Amino acid sequence: MLEGNNNLEQCLKCNLCTLVCPMMEVNPDYPGPKKAGPDGERYRLKDPAFFDYALKYCLNCKRCEVACPSDVHIGDMIQTARILYGSQAKRKGLRGLRDWTLASTDLVGSLASPFAPIVNGTLKLKPVKSVMDSVLAVDKHRTFPKYSAKKFVNWFRRQDQSSFSKFVSYFHGCYVNYNYPALGQAFVKVMNSAGYGVHLLEKEKCCGVALMSNGFADKARRQGEVNLASIRKAVAAGEVVLTTSSTCTFTMRDEYPDVLGLTNGDVRDSLMLSTKWLYEKISAGELKLKFRKNFSKKVIYHTACHMQKMGWQVYSIALLNLIPGVELTVLDQNCCGIAGTFGFKKENYPFSQQIGSKLFEDIRRSATPDAVVSTDCETCKWQIEMSTGMKVLNPIEIIAEALDR
Amino acid sequence: MTSKEYDVIIVGGGITGAATARDCALRGLSTLLIERGDICDGASGRNHGLLHSGARYAVTDREGAEECIRENRILRRIASNCVEPTEGLFISLPEDGLDYQANFIAKCREAGIDAQAIDPAEALRLEPAINPRIIGAVKVPDASVDPFRLVDAHILDAQRHGADIKKFTAVACLVKENGRVVGVKTAAGEVIRSREVVLAAGIWTAGLAREAGVNIGMMPSKGALVIFGHRIANMVINRCRKPANADILVPGDVVSVLGTTSDKVPIESCDDMRATPAEVDLLLREGEQLVPSLAQTRIIRAYAGVRPLVVADPAGDGRNVSRGIVLLDHEERDGVPGLITITGGKLTTSRLMAEMATDLVCKKVGSSAVCRTAELPLPGSEGRKPSFEDPFVERAAIGRHGTEVSRMDFGKGGEILCECEHVTRAEIAYAVEHFGVRNISDLRRHTRIGMGTCQGSFCIRSVAGALAEILAPDPESAARLADEFVSQYRQERWKGITPVLWGDTLREAEYMQKVNGNEI
Repeated sequence: MLEGNNNLEQCLKCNLCTLVCPMMEVNPDYPGPKKAGPDGERYRLKDPAFFDYALKYCLNCKRCEVACPSDVHIGDMIQTARILYGSQAKRKGLRGLRDWTLASTDLVGSLASPFAPIVNGTLKLKPVKSVMDSVLAVDKHRTFPKYSAKKFVNWFRRQDQSSFSKFVSYFHGCYVNYNYPALGQAFVKVMNSAGYGVHLLEKEKCCGVALMSNGFADKARRQGEVNLASIRKAVAAGEVVLTTSSTCTFTMRDEYPDVLGLTNGDVRDSLMLSTKWLYEKISAGELKLKFRKNFSKKVIYHTACHMQKMGWQVYSIALLNLIPGVELTVLDQNCCGIAGTFGFKKENYPFSQQIGSKLFEDIRRSATPDAVVSTDCETCKWQIEMSTGMKVLNPIEIIAEALDR
Repeated sequence: MTSKEYDVIIVGGGITGAATARDCALRGLSTLLIERGDICDGASGRNHGLLHSGARYAVTDREGAEECIRENRILRRIASNCVEPTEGLFISLPEDGLDYQANFIAKCREAGIDAQAIDPAEALRLEPAINPRIIGAVKVPDASVDPFRLVDAHILDAQRHGADIKKFTAVACLVKENGRVVGVKTAAGEVIRSREVVLAAGIWTAGLAREAGVNIGMMPSKGALVIFGHRIANMVINRCRKPANADILVPGDVVSVLGTTSDKVPIESCDDMRATPAEVDLLLREGEQLVPSLAQTRIIRAYAGVRPLVVADPAGDGRNVSRGIVLLDHEERDGVPGLITITGGKLTTSRLMAEMATDLVCKKVGSSAVCRTAELPLPGSEGRKPSFEDPFVERAAIGRHGTEVSRMDFGKGGEILCECEHVTRAEIAYAVEHFGVRNISDLRRHTRIGMGTCQGSFCIRSVAGALAEILAPDPESAARLADEFVSQYRQERWKGITPVLWGDTLREAEYMQKVNGNEI
């Protein structure tokens, strides 16, 4: 009767999760991870009527799971409850349309990309923002990630990779494809200079993280199946599948089996963030990157919540430290508050900014005019850029910039 | 010192006494219920919480089975808030064979119990946790009943119809004048007079009767049970075979209860019943056959109760002794007028027991009032259940108290103190006002405080503070009282945790110790 990963029994009620929950600190209506997770689950097992609509406030940042000394899958339990019992909670009308639009990164990206200059220009206009705010309840303070006129995959098609004998596969994700091809280009540059050619997956769909948090689990599951099938093919061909987004990676490695019930054990270890792969290869002496002698950059590293959940910030940090001329400041781990599409919604905007305020303050304190912020998560990037005015780069972009050409 | 004379004094605040008090009060008799501890202190608070369909008795005790199904239907109606219509399954494993099942279904139908054989695959679909080796399953109208809430509801209704309830008042002896029982004398020396005395004190009945020169052969039969931390199945799961140890798993609110054992014990041991590690081992070994995941499921605690069986054959183990209702008219039986005993029976048939006892009381005192307990709903079950959508009412409290939540002020006391069981300050205030709660153990019986997975390790101090604030006259004595509550409560809980101290339960206990200092 308990779902496979539902280990509420291990909870000792120690409340460490309550202490680290960013939402609890700012929102008295959120019951917190312990109550919403293992405590609430005992009641939901009795009757789904005990489903608590306040569960929508969970950011799914998984900081509770990192803190839990008993390894209770608190965040998974809350996500699963939202999927199983929250279907009635799925919004209808205009807010439903908004949720669907925010969740459908693939479709909206494909539609927006060809008209990028118009879409980007329009989304910046005050009257448009105010209409989106009042009609669609997308907060007017938000800056939308710009759509790119040229999709990453179109650029990539013209890159000749045939001269390489070793290959890695790349899961680029929606953000790289529709909004920020520069990161994908940086990735290809780094891999090529390390002596590896790049393949794309046979078929790539959005990882589904936005679908799951907006109540479209079935669609997320279908997309996950497509992705896993492609990943399997790449792995069967002897290639590792690398990424440049911590959230996509976390979703496909952990949320697929734990929340969506997809089996990925056969390929999970072959799917990872490129910084981890690079660092491990370099430290094993299997790969060398040549950096410019005169490179100099002040970098402030922010650990994204999902990055911390995977425990992989150590790789990105160590890799950045390998670059001569990088002066690195590592911030205390705090949630930026955006949590994917969560922070775009009007009703969540104030929570989102309050949660992030600690991080913004830390960044401002460490910032010098020539510094950049670096993080492995694109939504953290939007949030930090909008809230602090600082430029935010993925570690891979900094490496690409520092390479000796 | 003497007080007013009652029509009837009922000794014992378990379900039998409470139901009898309610019936007497509804029939207009001036009624006193007297209980030495808190209500539900004895067997009524130490059982499965199973509302029998009668199926379990159908093969061996047709009359008992018929009583059960009749009362089952009545309680679903009058105590809808205490009963969860979970339905039940009787499952057959290969070693049980299917012969018993065929006879079982036939006997159930003869007794008027709707027993439907279902496909084992269908049973596994309904309850994926049951042993996948099953070869047969029968669906019956068993249900889960919250015994604490059921007794509370009877006490409330008795009070609301004029009955007096005296808790924490031990009866030292019955008072006899010229061969007739005319009342009771409390341990404090108070004599309370009545026209009739009804003994409904479970296993403690025999001792009280003996003092008055009446001999009732009773055999205490101990039943041990274990509570698991969450719901493992949503239906009552029984084994379809001759009744034996550990063959029933009942979903009770947010936990699961597995039981029982049946062992003859000395009457002196009944005041301090506890489950032993050996009993827990036995329960788990057998329970795993029913639901294999029980072996890995966290146990919250173990406890034991005593069935007040009346002896037909004092040599047996208790399972073959009649569990039927025993109503004794001591005027006729022993030549001692003024005294009636009601015992035997089951939680499921308690209303009927009360009706039989009250009929006899009425006959003795010359009342012709008729019984209405089968029609009138109990407090908490009157009318429509409050809406789960009301943001100002704690949902778990609706499950526990039904319509009684209208008497709780969640606006002022909405704060959850016991997080495992979602108990709010408002519910504590209600329990103090309506049930004369004196300490946390009492509070537990009336609210489920501390009954969850942490067994109070996290909430106990805030609960003790909240309770002391209500009970103590000034802040200084409140602080002292709260400290007393905490240490009292820990000793009580420790008793139930000791026999199951391994795995996550052990980790929790370790944690409890760290949080609360070295005292347990």
